Amino acid sequence: MAQTFSEKILSRKAGRPVRAGEVITAVPDLYLSHDNSSAIIGEFKKLGLARVKAPEKIIIVLDHIVPASDERYAQNHKTIREFVRAQGIPNFFDIQHGVCHQVFSEAGFALPGKVILGSDSHTTTYGAYGAFSAGIGRTEMASIWATDEIWLRVPETLRIEFRGEFPAGVSAKDAILKVIGDNGADRANYEAVEFAGPSASKFSLASRMVLSNMAAEMGAKNGYFEPDDLTLEWLKARARADFEIVRSDPGAAYEAVLQYDLSALEPQIACPHTVDNVKPVREVEGRPFHQALIGTCTNGRLEDLEVAARILKGRKIHPNIRLLILPASRAVYVEAMKRGLLEILSEAGAVILNPGCGPCLGAHEGLLAPGEVVVGTSNRNFKGRMGGRDSEIYLASPATVAASALEGRITDPRKYL
Amino acid sequence: MSKGRVWKYGDDVNTDVIYAGKYTYQLFEPAEMAKKSLEDLDPSFAKNVKPGDVIVAGRNFGCGSSREQAAACLRYAGVQAIVAKSFSRIYFRNAINLGLAVLPSPDAPDALQNGEEIEIDFAGGRILSAGRVFTFFPLPESVMDIVQAGGLLEWTKKKLATP
Repeated sequence: MAQTFSEKILSRKAGRPVRAGEVITAVPDLYLSHDNSSAIIGEFKKLGLARVKAPEKIIIVLDHIVPASDERYAQNHKTIREFVRAQGIPNFFDIQHGVCHQVFSEAGFALPGKVILGSDSHTTTYGAYGAFSAGIGRTEMASIWATDEIWLRVPETLRIEFRGEFPAGVSAKDAILKVIGDNGADRANYEAVEFAGPSASKFSLASRMVLSNMAAEMGAKNGYFEPDDLTLEWLKARARADFEIVRSDPGAAYEAVLQYDLSALEPQIACPHTVDNVKPVREVEGRPFHQALIGTCTNGRLEDLEVAARILKGRKIHPNIRLLILPASRAVYVEAMKRGLLEILSEAGAVILNPGCGPCLGAHEGLLAPGEVVVGTSNRNFKGRMGGRDSEIYLASPATVAASALEGRITDPRKYL
Repeated sequence: MSKGRVWKYGDDVNTDVIYAGKYTYQLFEPAEMAKKSLEDLDPSFAKNVKPGDVIVAGRNFGCGSSREQAAACLRYAGVQAIVAKSFSRIYFRNAINLGLAVLPSPDAPDALQNGEEIEIDFAGGRILSAGRVFTFFPLPESVMDIVQAGGLLEWTKKKLATP
Protein backbone atom coordinates (compact mmCIF):
# COMPACT_ATOMS: atom_id res chain seq x y z
CA MET A 1 0.00 0.00 0.00
CA ALA A 2 1.50 3.35 -1.07
CA GLN A 3 1.56 5.73 1.88
CA THR A 4 2.00 9.44 2.46
CA PHE A 5 4.73 10.68 4.78
CA SER A 6 2.23 11.06 7.63
CA GLU A 7 0.68 7.61 7.14
CA LYS A 8 4.12 6.04 7.06
CA ILE A 9 5.50 7.73 10.14
CA LEU A 10 2.35 7.04 12.16
CA SER A 11 2.29 3.42 10.94
CA ARG A 12 5.72 3.01 12.53
CA LYS A 13 4.45 4.50 15.75
CA ALA A 14 1.32 2.33 15.72
CA GLY A 15 3.25 -0.83 14.82
CA ARG A 16 0.80 -1.61 11.99
CA PRO A 17 -0.07 -0.07 8.62
CA VAL A 18 -2.51 2.81 9.08
CA ARG A 19 -4.41 4.99 6.64
CA ALA A 20 -5.73 8.56 6.83
CA GLY A 21 -8.71 8.90 9.15
CA GLU A 22 -7.64 6.32 11.72
CA VAL A 23 -6.70 7.23 15.25
CA ILE A 24 -3.61 5.76 16.86
CA THR A 25 -1.80 5.94 20.15
CA ALA A 26 1.80 7.11 19.72
CA VAL A 27 4.84 7.53 21.90
CA PRO A 28 6.20 10.93 20.76
CA ASP A 29 9.94 11.45 20.25
CA LEU A 30 10.08 14.93 21.77
CA TYR A 31 7.73 17.46 23.30
CA LEU A 32 8.12 21.22 23.41
CA SER A 33 6.57 23.84 25.64
CA HIS A 34 7.39 27.47 26.43
CA ASP A 35 6.19 30.03 28.97
CA ASN A 36 2.91 28.08 29.11
CA SER A 37 4.86 25.33 30.90
CA SER A 38 3.63 26.84 34.17
CA ALA A 39 -0.01 26.24 33.14
CA ILE A 40 0.97 22.70 32.14
CA ILE A 41 2.68 22.22 35.50
CA GLY A 42 -0.64 23.20 37.11
CA GLU A 43 -2.53 20.53 35.14
CA PHE A 44 0.23 17.98 35.75
CA LYS A 45 -0.02 18.52 39.49
CA LYS A 46 -3.75 17.66 39.38
CA LEU A 47 -2.70 14.17 38.35
CA GLY A 48 -0.99 13.67 41.71
CA LEU A 49 2.27 12.40 40.24
CA ALA A 50 5.66 13.10 41.73
CA ARG A 51 7.70 12.70 38.53
CA VAL A 52 7.28 13.25 34.79
CA LYS A 53 7.68 10.02 32.88
CA ALA A 54 10.43 10.96 30.42
CA PRO A 55 12.26 14.16 31.44
CA GLU A 56 14.77 13.73 28.60
CA LYS A 57 11.99 14.21 26.03
CA ILE A 58 10.81 17.52 27.44
CA ILE A 59 12.21 20.65 25.80
CA ILE A 60 11.29 23.93 27.47
CA VAL A 61 12.21 27.29 25.93
CA LEU A 62 11.26 30.56 27.64
CA ASP A 63 10.48 32.95 24.79
CA HIS A 64 7.06 34.54 25.10
CA ILE A 65 7.59 37.25 27.70
CA VAL A 66 11.38 37.51 27.97
CA PRO A 67 12.79 39.08 30.04
CA ALA A 68 9.75 39.04 32.31
CA SER A 69 7.84 42.30 31.93
CA ASP A 70 6.11 42.21 35.31
CA GLU A 71 5.94 40.33 38.58
CA ARG A 72 3.31 37.86 37.36
CA TYR A 73 5.44 36.76 34.40
CA ALA A 74 8.53 36.67 36.60
CA GLN A 75 6.74 34.27 38.96
CA ASN A 76 5.70 32.22 35.95
CA HIS A 77 9.32 31.81 34.88
CA LYS A 78 10.41 31.06 38.43
CA THR A 79 7.83 28.28 38.74
CA ILE A 80 9.14 26.74 35.53
CA ARG A 81 12.81 26.96 36.55
CA GLU A 82 12.06 25.30 39.88
CA PHE A 83 10.10 22.52 38.19
CA VAL A 84 12.90 21.96 35.65
CA ARG A 85 15.43 21.58 38.48
CA ALA A 86 13.19 19.37 40.61
CA GLN A 87 12.37 17.04 37.71
CA GLY A 88 15.87 16.93 36.26
CA ILE A 89 14.74 18.14 32.82
CA PRO A 90 18.02 18.37 30.90
CA ASN A 91 16.93 20.52 27.95
CA PHE A 92 15.85 23.84 29.36
CA PHE A 93 16.55 27.06 27.47
CA ASP A 94 16.21 30.16 29.61
CA ILE A 95 15.35 33.67 28.40
CA GLN A 96 18.57 34.38 26.50
CA HIS A 97 18.15 31.86 23.66
CA GLY A 98 15.31 33.08 21.45
CA VAL A 99 12.02 31.87 19.94
CA CYS A 100 11.33 28.23 20.77
CA HIS A 101 10.98 27.04 17.18
CA GLN A 102 14.27 28.57 16.10
CA VAL A 103 16.11 27.44 19.23
CA PHE A 104 14.70 23.90 18.95
CA SER A 105 15.91 23.71 15.33
CA GLU A 106 19.35 25.21 15.95
CA ALA A 107 19.91 22.87 18.88
CA GLY A 108 19.44 19.88 16.58
CA PHE A 109 16.13 18.53 17.94
CA ALA A 110 14.19 19.10 14.69
CA LEU A 111 15.04 15.84 12.91
CA PRO A 112 13.65 13.95 9.93
CA GLY A 113 11.15 11.22 10.74
CA LYS A 114 10.53 12.25 14.35
CA VAL A 115 7.13 12.78 15.92
CA ILE A 116 7.32 16.11 17.79
CA LEU A 117 4.46 17.70 19.69
CA GLY A 118 4.41 21.21 21.07
CA SER A 119 1.96 23.24 23.11
CA ASP A 120 2.31 26.01 20.54
CA SER A 121 0.33 26.21 17.33
CA HIS A 122 3.41 26.93 15.23
CA THR A 123 5.06 23.64 16.17
CA THR A 124 4.41 22.78 12.51
CA THR A 125 7.73 24.58 11.81
CA TYR A 126 9.89 21.42 12.14
CA GLY A 127 8.23 19.97 9.06
CA ALA A 128 10.91 22.03 7.28
CA TYR A 129 13.34 19.31 8.45
CA GLY A 130 11.09 16.38 7.55
CA ALA A 131 9.63 15.86 11.02
CA PHE A 132 5.99 15.13 11.84
CA SER A 133 5.36 18.02 14.23
CA ALA A 134 2.05 19.37 15.44
CA GLY A 135 0.60 21.75 17.99
CA ILE A 136 -1.50 20.41 20.87
CA GLY A 137 -3.34 21.77 23.92
CA ARG A 138 -2.03 22.31 27.42
CA THR A 139 -4.15 19.58 29.01
CA GLU A 140 -2.78 17.15 26.45
CA MET A 141 0.78 18.18 27.21
CA ALA A 142 0.26 17.56 30.94
CA SER A 143 -0.97 14.08 30.08
CA ILE A 144 2.05 13.44 27.83
CA TRP A 145 4.39 14.48 30.64
CA ALA A 146 2.66 11.88 32.79
CA THR A 147 2.31 9.01 30.32
CA ASP A 148 4.69 9.61 27.36
CA GLU A 149 1.74 8.86 25.07
CA ILE A 150 -0.78 10.73 22.96
CA TRP A 151 -3.62 9.82 20.62
CA LEU A 152 -3.26 11.14 17.07
CA ARG A 153 -5.57 11.06 14.10
CA VAL A 154 -3.77 10.08 10.90
CA PRO A 155 -4.28 13.12 8.65
CA GLU A 156 -5.17 13.23 4.98
CA THR A 157 -2.53 15.07 2.95
CA LEU A 158 -2.72 18.18 0.82
CA ARG A 159 0.25 18.39 -1.54
CA ILE A 160 1.41 21.81 -2.72
CA GLU A 161 3.85 21.78 -5.63
CA PHE A 162 6.08 24.69 -6.55
CA ARG A 163 7.87 25.19 -9.83
CA GLY A 164 9.84 28.10 -11.29
CA GLU A 165 12.09 30.62 -9.56
CA PHE A 166 11.25 33.64 -7.43
CA PRO A 167 11.49 36.95 -9.30
CA ALA A 168 13.64 39.60 -7.54
CA GLY A 169 11.96 41.01 -4.44
CA VAL A 170 9.70 37.96 -3.95
CA SER A 171 10.33 35.30 -1.29
CA ALA A 172 8.94 32.36 0.68
CA LYS A 173 6.59 34.59 2.70
CA ASP A 174 4.94 35.81 -0.48
CA ALA A 175 4.50 32.22 -1.64
CA ILE A 176 2.76 31.01 1.52
CA LEU A 177 0.60 34.15 1.77
CA LYS A 178 -0.51 33.57 -1.82
CA VAL A 179 -1.37 29.93 -1.06
CA ILE A 180 -3.37 30.85 2.07
CA GLY A 181 -5.12 33.73 0.30
CA ASP A 182 -6.14 31.55 -2.64
CA ASN A 183 -7.34 28.61 -0.59
CA GLY A 184 -8.59 29.97 2.72
CA ALA A 185 -7.57 29.73 6.35
CA ASP A 186 -9.31 26.36 6.83
CA ARG A 187 -8.27 24.73 3.57
CA ALA A 188 -5.95 22.27 5.27
CA ASN A 189 -8.02 21.71 8.43
CA TYR A 190 -6.77 18.58 10.20
CA GLU A 191 -4.65 17.72 7.18
CA ALA A 192 -0.98 17.27 6.64
CA VAL A 193 0.53 19.64 4.11
CA GLU A 194 3.38 18.42 1.95
CA PHE A 195 5.43 21.10 0.20
CA ALA A 196 6.92 19.60 -2.94
CA GLY A 197 7.57 20.07 -6.64
CA PRO A 198 10.79 20.86 -8.48
CA SER A 199 11.34 24.16 -6.64
CA ALA A 200 10.85 22.87 -3.09
CA SER A 201 14.46 21.75 -2.86
CA LYS A 202 15.61 25.21 -3.96
CA PHE A 203 14.14 26.83 -0.86
CA SER A 204 16.75 27.54 1.82
CA LEU A 205 16.06 25.84 5.16
CA ALA A 206 15.13 29.24 6.60
CA SER A 207 12.60 29.70 3.80
CA ARG A 208 11.20 26.19 4.31
CA MET A 209 10.62 27.14 7.95
CA VAL A 210 8.50 30.10 6.79
CA LEU A 211 6.18 27.80 4.85
CA SER A 212 6.02 25.05 7.49
CA ASN A 213 5.41 27.67 10.19
CA MET A 214 2.51 29.24 8.32
CA ALA A 215 0.94 25.90 7.37
CA ALA A 216 -0.68 26.33 10.80
CA GLU A 217 -2.54 29.32 9.38
CA MET A 218 -4.30 27.00 6.91
CA GLY A 219 -5.47 24.79 9.79
CA ALA A 220 -2.81 22.17 9.05
CA LYS A 221 -1.53 19.61 11.51
CA ASN A 222 1.93 19.62 9.97
CA GLY A 223 3.84 21.12 7.03
CA TYR A 224 6.40 18.73 5.60
CA PHE A 225 9.37 19.14 3.25
CA GLU A 226 11.26 16.07 2.09
CA PRO A 227 14.77 16.22 3.57
CA ASP A 228 17.59 16.63 1.04
CA ASP A 229 21.33 17.38 0.96
CA LEU A 230 20.74 20.83 2.40
CA THR A 231 18.93 19.29 5.38
CA LEU A 232 21.62 16.68 5.94
CA GLU A 233 24.39 19.28 5.73
CA TRP A 234 22.64 21.42 8.36
CA LEU A 235 22.14 18.41 10.63
CA LYS A 236 25.72 17.14 10.33
CA ALA A 237 27.03 19.16 13.25
CA ARG A 238 23.74 19.49 15.09
CA ALA A 239 21.62 16.32 15.16
CA ARG A 240 20.97 15.29 18.77
CA ALA A 241 19.93 11.75 17.90
CA ASP A 242 20.00 9.18 15.14
CA PHE A 243 17.28 9.70 12.58
CA GLU A 244 15.84 8.15 9.49
CA ILE A 245 14.41 10.06 6.54
CA VAL A 246 10.77 9.20 5.89
CA ARG A 247 9.32 10.05 2.48
CA SER A 248 5.93 9.70 0.83
CA ASP A 249 5.67 6.72 -1.52
CA PRO A 250 5.15 7.32 -5.22
CA GLY A 251 1.44 6.78 -5.82
CA ALA A 252 0.41 7.78 -2.29
CA ALA A 253 -3.15 9.11 -2.05
CA TYR A 254 -3.48 12.89 -1.69
CA GLU A 255 -6.65 14.74 -0.81
CA ALA A 256 -5.65 17.24 -3.51
CA VAL A 257 -2.59 18.57 -5.31
CA LEU A 258 -2.18 22.33 -5.79
CA GLN A 259 0.27 23.81 -8.30
CA TYR A 260 2.08 27.12 -8.04
CA ASP A 261 4.52 28.80 -10.43
CA LEU A 262 6.87 30.94 -8.35
CA SER A 263 8.03 32.94 -11.36
CA ALA A 264 4.51 34.38 -11.69
CA LEU A 265 4.42 35.61 -8.07
CA GLU A 266 4.54 39.20 -6.92
CA PRO A 267 4.87 40.55 -3.35
CA GLN A 268 1.80 39.67 -1.22
CA ILE A 269 0.30 41.15 1.91
CA ALA A 270 -2.33 39.79 4.34
CA CYS A 271 -4.68 42.61 5.28
CA PRO A 272 -6.65 42.92 8.54
CA HIS A 273 -8.14 40.85 10.19
CA THR A 274 -7.60 37.36 8.77
CA VAL A 275 -4.51 35.67 7.37
CA ASP A 276 -6.39 34.68 4.21
CA ASN A 277 -7.32 38.29 3.36
CA VAL A 278 -4.35 38.44 0.98
CA LYS A 279 -3.73 40.96 -1.81
CA PRO A 280 -0.80 41.87 -4.02
CA VAL A 281 1.17 44.63 -2.23
CA ARG A 282 0.60 47.02 -5.16
CA GLU A 283 -3.14 47.02 -4.42
CA VAL A 284 -2.64 48.54 -0.97
CA GLU A 285 0.48 50.54 -1.79
CA GLY A 286 0.56 54.00 -0.22
CA ARG A 287 -1.44 53.06 2.87
CA PRO A 288 0.06 54.82 5.91
CA PHE A 289 0.99 52.95 9.11
CA HIS A 290 2.78 53.48 12.42
CA GLN A 291 5.02 50.56 13.29
CA ALA A 292 7.06 48.04 11.32
CA LEU A 293 8.23 44.68 12.70
CA ILE A 294 10.85 42.39 11.16
CA GLY A 295 11.44 39.12 12.99
CA THR A 296 9.51 36.40 14.96
CA CYS A 297 9.48 32.63 14.41
CA THR A 298 8.22 33.26 10.88
CA ASN A 299 10.82 35.70 9.52
CA GLY A 300 13.54 36.45 12.07
CA ARG A 301 16.40 34.54 10.49
CA LEU A 302 19.61 35.71 8.89
CA GLU A 303 18.28 35.80 5.31
CA ASP A 304 15.40 37.99 6.53
CA LEU A 305 17.68 40.48 8.29
CA GLU A 306 20.00 40.43 5.27
CA VAL A 307 17.33 41.52 2.83
CA ALA A 308 16.14 44.22 5.25
CA ALA A 309 19.72 45.50 5.61
CA ARG A 310 20.17 45.46 1.84
CA ILE A 311 17.18 47.78 1.46
CA LEU A 312 17.98 50.02 4.45
CA LYS A 313 21.76 50.31 4.07
CA GLY A 314 22.87 53.95 4.09
CA ARG A 315 19.27 55.14 4.37
CA LYS A 316 17.00 56.31 7.20
CA ILE A 317 13.53 54.98 7.89
CA HIS A 318 10.63 57.44 7.59
CA PRO A 319 10.37 59.75 10.63
CA ASN A 320 6.74 58.73 11.29
CA ILE A 321 7.64 55.02 11.55
CA ARG A 322 8.98 52.93 14.43
CA LEU A 323 10.87 49.89 13.15
CA LEU A 324 11.37 46.94 15.50
CA ILE A 325 13.89 44.21 14.66
CA LEU A 326 13.39 40.90 16.45
CA PRO A 327 16.05 38.28 15.64
CA ALA A 328 14.64 34.77 16.06
CA SER A 329 17.51 33.57 18.25
CA ARG A 330 20.71 34.54 19.97
CA ALA A 331 22.65 32.65 17.28
CA VAL A 332 20.96 34.74 14.60
CA TYR A 333 21.59 37.89 16.65
CA VAL A 334 25.31 37.17 17.05
CA GLU A 335 25.80 36.29 13.39
CA ALA A 336 23.87 39.38 12.27
CA MET A 337 26.12 41.43 14.56
CA LYS A 338 29.30 39.88 13.11
CA ARG A 339 28.13 40.57 9.57
CA GLY A 340 27.33 44.20 10.39
CA LEU A 341 23.61 43.80 9.73
CA LEU A 342 22.54 45.06 13.14
CA GLU A 343 24.75 48.10 12.69
CA ILE A 344 23.13 48.90 9.34
CA LEU A 345 19.63 48.45 10.74
CA SER A 346 20.35 50.45 13.88
CA GLU A 347 21.87 53.30 11.90
CA ALA A 348 18.78 53.31 9.69
CA GLY A 349 16.75 54.00 12.82
CA ALA A 350 15.58 50.55 13.90
CA VAL A 351 15.15 49.40 17.49
CA ILE A 352 16.92 46.05 17.93
CA LEU A 353 14.98 43.90 20.42
CA ASN A 354 16.28 40.86 22.25
CA PRO A 355 15.54 37.50 20.59
CA GLY A 356 12.11 36.14 21.57
CA CYS A 357 8.46 36.45 20.59
CA GLY A 358 8.44 40.19 21.29
CA PRO A 359 5.18 42.02 20.57
CA CYS A 360 3.79 39.35 18.18
CA LEU A 361 1.44 37.80 20.73
CA GLY A 362 0.44 41.13 22.19
CA ALA A 363 1.94 40.99 25.66
CA HIS A 364 4.96 43.34 25.68
CA GLU A 365 7.78 45.08 23.77
CA GLY A 366 6.06 47.36 21.29
CA LEU A 367 2.27 47.09 21.53
CA LEU A 368 -0.10 49.23 19.50
CA ALA A 369 -2.32 52.05 20.70
CA PRO A 370 -5.98 51.95 19.63
CA GLY A 371 -6.26 52.79 15.95
CA GLU A 372 -2.58 52.18 15.19
CA VAL A 373 -1.42 50.03 12.29
CA VAL A 374 1.55 47.65 12.14
CA VAL A 375 3.12 46.12 9.05
CA GLY A 376 5.09 43.09 10.14
CA THR A 377 6.58 39.77 9.17
CA SER A 378 4.76 37.71 11.82
CA ASN A 379 2.12 35.06 11.12
CA ARG A 380 -1.20 36.22 12.62
CA ASN A 381 -3.25 39.35 12.12
CA PHE A 382 -6.35 38.62 14.20
CA LYS A 383 -8.10 41.73 15.44
CA GLY A 384 -6.40 43.34 18.42
CA ARG A 385 -3.70 40.65 18.67
CA MET A 386 -0.80 43.11 19.04
CA GLY A 387 -2.42 45.66 21.31
CA GLY A 388 -5.38 48.05 21.05
CA ARG A 389 -8.65 46.42 20.05
CA ASP A 390 -9.03 48.57 16.97
CA SER A 391 -5.41 48.30 15.90
CA GLU A 392 -4.64 46.69 12.56
CA ILE A 393 -2.00 44.19 11.48
CA TYR A 394 -0.68 43.66 7.95
CA LEU A 395 1.54 40.63 7.27
CA ALA A 396 4.21 40.66 4.57
CA SER A 397 7.76 39.65 3.67
CA PRO A 398 10.85 41.24 5.28
CA ALA A 399 11.55 43.05 1.99
CA THR A 400 8.08 44.58 1.87
CA VAL A 401 8.27 45.63 5.54
CA ALA A 402 11.73 47.19 5.11
CA ALA A 403 10.74 49.11 1.98
CA SER A 404 7.53 50.26 3.68
CA ALA A 405 9.45 51.47 6.76
CA LEU A 406 11.66 53.50 4.47
CA GLU A 407 8.79 55.26 2.71
CA GLY A 408 6.40 55.47 5.66
CA ARG A 409 3.67 53.87 3.56
CA ILE A 410 3.05 50.34 2.37
CA THR A 411 5.51 49.89 -0.46
CA ASP A 412 6.23 47.26 -3.11
CA PRO A 413 9.88 46.34 -2.42
CA ARG A 414 10.83 45.42 -5.98
CA LYS A 415 12.15 48.88 -6.78
CA TYR A 416 14.80 48.44 -4.07
CA LEU A 417 15.93 44.95 -5.09
CA MET B 1 -25.25 0.03 21.59
CA SER B 2 -26.46 3.32 22.87
CA LYS B 3 -29.75 5.04 21.99
CA GLY B 4 -30.30 8.74 21.46
CA ARG B 5 -32.44 11.35 19.74
CA VAL B 6 -31.13 13.44 16.82
CA TRP B 7 -30.70 17.23 16.87
CA LYS B 8 -29.86 18.10 13.28
CA TYR B 9 -27.93 21.18 12.11
CA GLY B 10 -26.03 22.34 9.01
CA ASP B 11 -22.44 23.14 7.98
CA ASP B 12 -19.92 25.35 9.80
CA VAL B 13 -21.51 25.32 13.24
CA ASN B 14 -18.96 27.57 14.95
CA THR B 15 -17.81 27.79 18.55
CA ASP B 16 -19.51 31.16 19.04
CA VAL B 17 -22.97 29.73 18.42
CA ILE B 18 -22.16 26.60 20.45
CA TYR B 19 -20.96 28.62 23.43
CA ALA B 20 -20.88 32.41 23.20
CA GLY B 21 -17.62 34.21 23.97
CA LYS B 22 -19.36 36.48 26.50
CA TYR B 23 -19.83 33.52 28.88
CA THR B 24 -16.33 32.10 28.70
CA TYR B 25 -15.03 33.98 31.74
CA GLN B 26 -18.39 34.27 33.51
CA LEU B 27 -19.83 30.81 33.97
CA PHE B 28 -17.98 27.88 35.48
CA GLU B 29 -20.79 25.66 36.82
CA PRO B 30 -21.58 22.74 34.48
CA ALA B 31 -25.35 23.15 34.86
CA GLU B 32 -25.13 26.86 34.06
CA MET B 33 -22.88 26.22 31.06
CA ALA B 34 -25.26 23.54 29.76
CA LYS B 35 -28.13 26.06 29.75
CA LYS B 36 -26.21 28.30 27.33
CA SER B 37 -25.30 25.58 24.84
CA LEU B 38 -26.28 26.32 21.22
CA GLU B 39 -28.03 29.46 22.45
CA ASP B 40 -27.47 31.45 19.25
CA LEU B 41 -28.21 28.54 16.90
CA ASP B 42 -31.25 26.85 18.43
CA PRO B 43 -32.78 28.37 21.58
CA SER B 44 -35.01 25.29 22.01
CA PHE B 45 -32.03 22.95 22.36
CA ALA B 46 -30.95 23.64 25.93
CA LYS B 47 -34.54 23.51 27.21
CA ASN B 48 -35.38 20.17 25.61
CA VAL B 49 -32.13 18.20 25.32
CA LYS B 50 -32.12 14.86 27.16
CA PRO B 51 -29.21 12.74 28.33
CA GLY B 52 -28.02 10.53 25.47
CA ASP B 53 -29.12 12.86 22.67
CA VAL B 54 -26.93 13.14 19.58
CA ILE B 55 -26.04 16.20 17.50
CA VAL B 56 -25.89 15.57 13.76
CA ALA B 57 -24.30 18.22 11.54
CA GLY B 58 -22.54 18.91 8.25
CA ARG B 59 -19.02 20.02 7.46
CA ASN B 60 -16.49 21.77 9.71
CA PHE B 61 -18.32 21.39 13.03
CA GLY B 62 -16.72 23.48 15.80
CA CYS B 63 -14.82 25.90 13.60
CA GLY B 64 -13.54 29.14 15.13
CA SER B 65 -12.14 29.69 18.58
CA SER B 66 -10.18 27.06 20.50
CA ARG B 67 -12.33 27.52 23.62
CA GLU B 68 -12.74 24.20 25.38
CA GLN B 69 -16.09 25.30 26.81
CA ALA B 70 -17.73 24.72 23.41
CA ALA B 71 -17.16 21.01 23.86
CA ALA B 72 -17.70 20.97 27.63
CA CYS B 73 -21.15 22.65 27.54
CA LEU B 74 -22.58 19.97 25.23
CA ARG B 75 -21.27 17.19 27.42
CA TYR B 76 -22.75 18.91 30.47
CA ALA B 77 -26.06 19.12 28.56
CA GLY B 78 -26.02 15.33 28.26
CA VAL B 79 -25.08 14.99 24.59
CA GLN B 80 -23.43 11.60 24.12
CA ALA B 81 -21.99 12.14 20.65
CA ILE B 82 -21.71 14.47 17.68
CA VAL B 83 -21.98 12.94 14.22
CA ALA B 84 -20.75 15.28 11.47
CA LYS B 85 -19.29 15.16 7.99
CA SER B 86 -16.15 16.81 9.38
CA PHE B 87 -14.85 18.58 12.48
CA SER B 88 -12.42 21.43 12.91
CA ARG B 89 -9.17 19.93 14.19
CA ILE B 90 -9.02 21.75 17.51
CA TYR B 91 -12.67 21.03 18.30
CA PHE B 92 -12.21 17.35 17.51
CA ARG B 93 -9.32 17.04 19.97
CA ASN B 94 -10.94 19.24 22.63
CA ALA B 95 -14.16 17.21 22.48
CA ILE B 96 -12.44 13.89 23.00
CA ASN B 97 -10.11 15.24 25.67
CA LEU B 98 -13.17 16.56 27.53
CA GLY B 99 -15.11 13.32 27.22
CA LEU B 100 -17.41 13.97 24.25
CA ALA B 101 -17.55 11.43 21.38
CA VAL B 102 -17.08 12.96 17.91
CA LEU B 103 -17.90 10.69 14.98
CA PRO B 104 -17.01 11.69 11.40
CA SER B 105 -19.45 10.12 8.95
CA PRO B 106 -19.79 10.83 5.23
CA ASP B 107 -23.37 9.64 4.76
CA ALA B 108 -25.28 9.73 8.05
CA PRO B 109 -25.65 13.53 8.35
CA ASP B 110 -27.66 13.89 5.12
CA ALA B 111 -29.86 10.88 5.78
CA LEU B 112 -30.74 11.28 9.46
CA GLN B 113 -33.82 13.31 10.37
CA ASN B 114 -34.26 15.79 13.17
CA GLY B 115 -35.89 14.16 16.19
CA GLU B 116 -35.48 10.55 15.10
CA GLU B 117 -34.21 7.90 17.45
CA ILE B 118 -30.90 6.27 16.53
CA GLU B 119 -28.58 3.68 17.98
CA ILE B 120 -24.81 4.08 18.00
CA ASP B 121 -22.48 1.10 17.93
CA PHE B 122 -19.30 2.82 19.09
CA ALA B 123 -17.03 -0.18 18.76
CA GLY B 124 -18.38 -1.22 15.37
CA GLY B 125 -18.48 2.25 13.84
CA ARG B 126 -22.18 1.95 12.93
CA ILE B 127 -25.28 4.07 13.34
CA LEU B 128 -28.61 2.23 13.10
CA SER B 129 -31.87 3.94 12.34
CA ALA B 130 -35.17 2.54 11.12
CA GLY B 131 -33.54 -0.43 9.46
CA ARG B 132 -30.77 1.63 7.81
CA VAL B 133 -27.08 1.39 8.69
CA PHE B 134 -24.54 4.21 8.37
CA THR B 135 -20.84 4.02 9.08
CA PHE B 136 -18.37 6.31 10.80
CA PHE B 137 -14.66 6.04 11.46
CA PRO B 138 -14.86 4.29 14.80
CA LEU B 139 -12.84 5.87 17.56
CA PRO B 140 -10.44 3.14 18.58
CA GLU B 141 -10.81 1.59 21.97
CA SER B 142 -7.99 3.68 23.40
CA VAL B 143 -9.71 6.95 22.44
CA MET B 144 -13.18 5.72 23.47
CA ASP B 145 -11.58 4.94 26.83
CA ILE B 146 -10.72 8.66 27.15
CA VAL B 147 -14.28 9.66 26.28
CA GLN B 148 -15.78 7.14 28.69
CA ALA B 149 -13.43 8.16 31.51
CA GLY B 150 -14.87 11.67 31.22
CA GLY B 151 -11.85 13.21 29.50
CA LEU B 152 -8.09 13.07 29.25
CA LEU B 153 -7.14 14.13 32.78
CA GLU B 154 -9.56 11.66 34.35
CA TRP B 155 -8.37 8.95 31.97
CA THR B 156 -4.75 9.67 32.79
CA LYS B 157 -5.48 9.53 36.53
CA LYS B 158 -7.17 6.17 36.08
CA LYS B 159 -4.35 4.87 33.97
CA LEU B 160 -1.73 5.97 36.48
CA ALA B 161 -3.65 4.28 39.29
CA THR B 162 -3.60 0.95 37.45
CA PRO B 163 -0.35 -0.90 38.02
